[in-house]
Amino acid sequence: MLVATRKGAWLFQGDATRRTWRVDGPHFLGHIVSHLVLDPRDRRTLLAAAKTGHLGPTVFRSTDLGRTWTEAARPPAFPKAPEGETGRVVDHTFWLTPGHASEPGVWYAGTSPQGLFRSGDGGATWEPVSGFNDHPQYWTWTGGPQGGTPDGPKLHSVIVDPRDPAHLYLGMSSGGVHESLDRGRTWTPIVKGLEVVEGFDPATLSFHDPHCVRLCPANPDRLYQQNHCGIYRLDRPSTEWVRIGRNMPKRVGDIGFPMVVHPRDPDTAWVFPMDGTTVWPRTSPDGKASAYVTRDGGRSWRRLDGGLPRQQAWWTVKRQAMSADAGDPVGLYLGTTGGELWSSRDEGERWSCVARHLPEIYAVEAAQR
Amino acid sequence: MKVLIPTPLRSYTREREVEASGPTLAAVLADLDRRYPGIRFRMVDEQDRMRPHVRFFVNGEQVFELSRSLTPTDEVQIVQALSGG
Repeated sequence: MLVATRKGAWLFQGDATRRTWRVDGPHFLGHIVSHLVLDPRDRRTLLAAAKTGHLGPTVFRSTDLGRTWTEAARPPAFPKAPEGETGRVVDHTFWLTPGHASEPGVWYAGTSPQGLFRSGDGGATWEPVSGFNDHPQYWTWTGGPQGGTPDGPKLHSVIVDPRDPAHLYLGMSSGGVHESLDRGRTWTPIVKGLEVVEGFDPATLSFHDPHCVRLCPANPDRLYQQNHCGIYRLDRPSTEWVRIGRNMPKRVGDIGFPMVVHPRDPDTAWVFPMDGTTVWPRTSPDGKASAYVTRDGGRSWRRLDGGLPRQQAWWTVKRQAMSADAGDPVGLYLGTTGGELWSSRDEGERWSCVARHLPEIYAVEAAQR
Repeated sequence: MKVLIPTPLRSYTREREVEASGPTLAAVLADLDRRYPGIRFRMVDEQDRMRPHVRFFVNGEQVFELSRSLTPTDEVQIVQALSGG
């Protein structure tokens, strides 16, 4: 488990049974680490997106599973604006995605404010993806500098189609879901069927707030999405999302951050609902923590709270902080805003706490060496 | 000239006090980055603006412009702003 937190990063190495875990860390103690990702193509290279409260953002890279780290020679950064114009500044790199299996060394990064960046050398140097960042509709989609989440508008959920390295998806909070068929040169929004906050016009892209979008490895034509306004499924070539979260229990609702898909079954997906009522507490609904699973593509949902606290659990799980491994049965992993790390060896039926007292957890990635 | 490095940036220099040269603060920071790659971007953003929570002092006086002229006898001090409580 690769754990990124508000105060550093940790690696938890499990045994073959996924019962016991050896902790390695902290790495970058005191750094705000938004994402820590292993390259599945070589199973040795780690990238960490980091900054501190005072210092600017950077990307650290390790080619020996975290024993040694080097800093990117050119981290993600917007181009210098012409004299007299106000240029954009990367506040932090928020999301990291390894490129296609056929393109070793290629990575994508999403930043706050919204920017898409690409590295062709394993994360050492990064270039802006101009086709997105300088798109004529960029400011219309993102809503300008004031748009986005309380800790900064974000570009996330960068997805590379496993069948085609030129086929990309991304999400923006705010700004909607977008697709490119030509490696990022041109982009088309895919927001039909998605709802926005009551009283606003869904035709306006900047009102759209996908929280997390995932593509099913077993059926790359199927995507699931946890949105600010519900849980959705999209089956390509359709471009219309279906709100499958309507089938969640009413008292729980279908608001949350993470979305997790099954490695082999496109009908199975998991969410971790949070309270999106009144002032949006962003805690477990009624203080009762639980994941939910669908086994039929979203037609029905089942509560998975075995082992999780049944009351007074006033935390939630952020959008990168829940993931699945490729085991059979699938192992699930989640990190909480309260600094607890939980795992399940049986697809969410029973949860155990692996670590407590970590800083606020931003990301948990299951990775296989 | 002498440049004093705050603790958050000593992972780059390993020293509290280093040497760098240049006729302006911008040039001194560029020289620092040649000696310690990556250090400048942690202090100055891609639009060449000082980051909000990093402060620069020359001979004890705060400097607000990277174009500020310097002489070889000046002492540059980089500090982390007291903005974290």
